[in-house]
Amino acid sequence: MEELHDVRLSVNGHTHEIRVPARRLLSDALRHDLRLTGTHVGCEHGVCGACTILVDGAPTRACLMFAVSAQGSEITTVEGLTRPDGSLGPVQQAFMECHGLQCGFCTPGFLTTITAGLRDNPTPTHDEARDMVAGNLCRCTGYQNIVKAVERAAEIAGEEAAS
Amino acid sequence: MKPAPFAYRRPGTIAEAVEALAGEPNAKVLAGGQSLVPLLSMRLAAPATLVDINGIPGLDTITVLPESENGGGVRVGALARHAAVLASDDVRRVQPLVPLALSHVAHATIRNRGTTVGSLVHADAAAEMPVVLSLLGGSVEVEGPAGRRTIPASELYVGPLESSLHHDEIAVSAFFPALAPGAGVAFEEIARRHGDYALVGAAALVDGAPGDGQSVKVGYLSVSDVPTVVDLSGVADDELGEAALAQLDPAEDIHASAAYRAQLVRVLTARVVRSARVFRQAQRPEEL
Ligand SMILES: Cc1cc2nc3c(=O)[nH]c(=O)nc-3n(C[C@H](O)[C@H](O)[C@H](O)COP(=O)(O)OP(=O)(O)OC[C@H]3O[C@@H](n4cnc5c(N)ncnc54)[C@H](O)[C@@H]3O)c2cc1C
Ligand code: FES
Ligand code: FES
Repeated sequence: MEELHDVRLSVNGHTHEIRVPARRLLSDALRHDLRLTGTHVGCEHGVCGACTILVDGAPTRACLMFAVSAQGSEITTVEGLTRPDGSLGPVQQAFMECHGLQCGFCTPGFLTTITAGLRDNPTPTHDEARDMVAGNLCRCTGYQNIVKAVERAAEIAGEEAAS
Repeated sequence: MKPAPFAYRRPGTIAEAVEALAGEPNAKVLAGGQSLVPLLSMRLAAPATLVDINGIPGLDTITVLPESENGGGVRVGALARHAAVLASDDVRRVQPLVPLALSHVAHATIRNRGTTVGSLVHADAAAEMPVVLSLLGGSVEVEGPAGRRTIPASELYVGPLESSLHHDEIAVSAFFPALAPGAGVAFEEIARRHGDYALVGAAALVDGAPGDGQSVKVGYLSVSDVPTVVDLSGVADDELGEAALAQLDPAEDIHASAAYRAQLVRVLTARVVRSARVFRQAQRPEEL
């Protein structure tokens, strides 16, 4: 029998206890064990970015971590980006306004990456906005509307901070 | 695909980690996992045990060494992530080639988790940092059952994805020598997209006043199956590329033909040496 590990994961402010083999990828633990299917899995080797989550605030590939190694870290998935009342957060809102998605498969990874990017750099230049999403692949949009959404999200967040 | 089953250890000290490795011939260290986890998922590797070093305190330090120690430089701990090394003002000041090269290592998200020491011992000839360590004459400090030893970069790289670490040794830190006052550095690479592995990359170190006496060294990635440094001191400007190629044997793979790699070596060698000289000059305006 494969050895199982009791793992306590802290995801979007909630604590979950799961019992998994060491080889359970964090992306699979989120999707299969916690049923948080917002995190998508594309390539499963770090290239596409669909599985990007925030680990202690830093964008990280969930497919390149094991669930057992994530114990003790604070994880944020795309499900954690909505506001407490369930309405869309600034980056989500901007994606909707700018048509930053078509099929939506890549979107969760972009939303988490941009959320952290705008936290670190709230007023990106156009080049910085492009650079912010350079590590994520999208097969549909051609990226232009995603870059627009980064800039729009910065605007929305800025307006909110001012009011 | 998913990784094959393995036993998981998460030691709290280096000594425990060494013990866990020594007790199991088919065990591997897990650092940032940004190279190892893809290999596991694709089942190109299936170690019996993974020794996760992420729970060992004190390994994420970045320390400036004074001139009295090895001539000065920076020591980067095994758990210092690429992102932390890239963001370090100390590293930038003491050895600017490190951040120049690190900005080409993957994308920010990968750099948040991947470690610089992990990249050095993973010994990928397409990786930036092994070339930087080799060019600068740096070293890696390792700990095994017999204690600690220092492996100079010149003895670290044995073959493709093969370093001279023993299987029960853990790399504890890497040492990058400081930039000498009269020296200049530069880094250039050609990749299909920024952040991808380079088709060819080159790092240059020039030392001394311009002219025949100037020391000129260039290190190459993605050209041979180990990081390769060539000495181009005394070579005329318009012969740099050919002189480098005389000491290199560019390989062909699915990404580029050997002839295209040779052309990139010609172009990048001239470019990177020029940039290193400009870098040097910018720091010594009195010579102009
Ligand atoms: C999409 C993508 C793009 C990338 N692009 C680049 C790139 O352009 N350039 C580049 O250089 N790299 C690139 N990488 C690789 C990245 O830099 C890795 O982080 C790095 O090569 C390995 O560091 P790690 O800490 O992740 O090591 P791991 O993946 O944990 O380990 C790699 C290997 O080194 C061994 N190891 C690690 N640390 C130690 C230690 N302290 N002691 C003993 N053995 C150890 C492990 O056992 C394993 O065999 C990329 C990775 C991905 C996923
Ligand atoms: S699924 Fe993780 S990067 Fe593609
Ligand atoms: S919207 Fe379809 S992959 Fe990006």
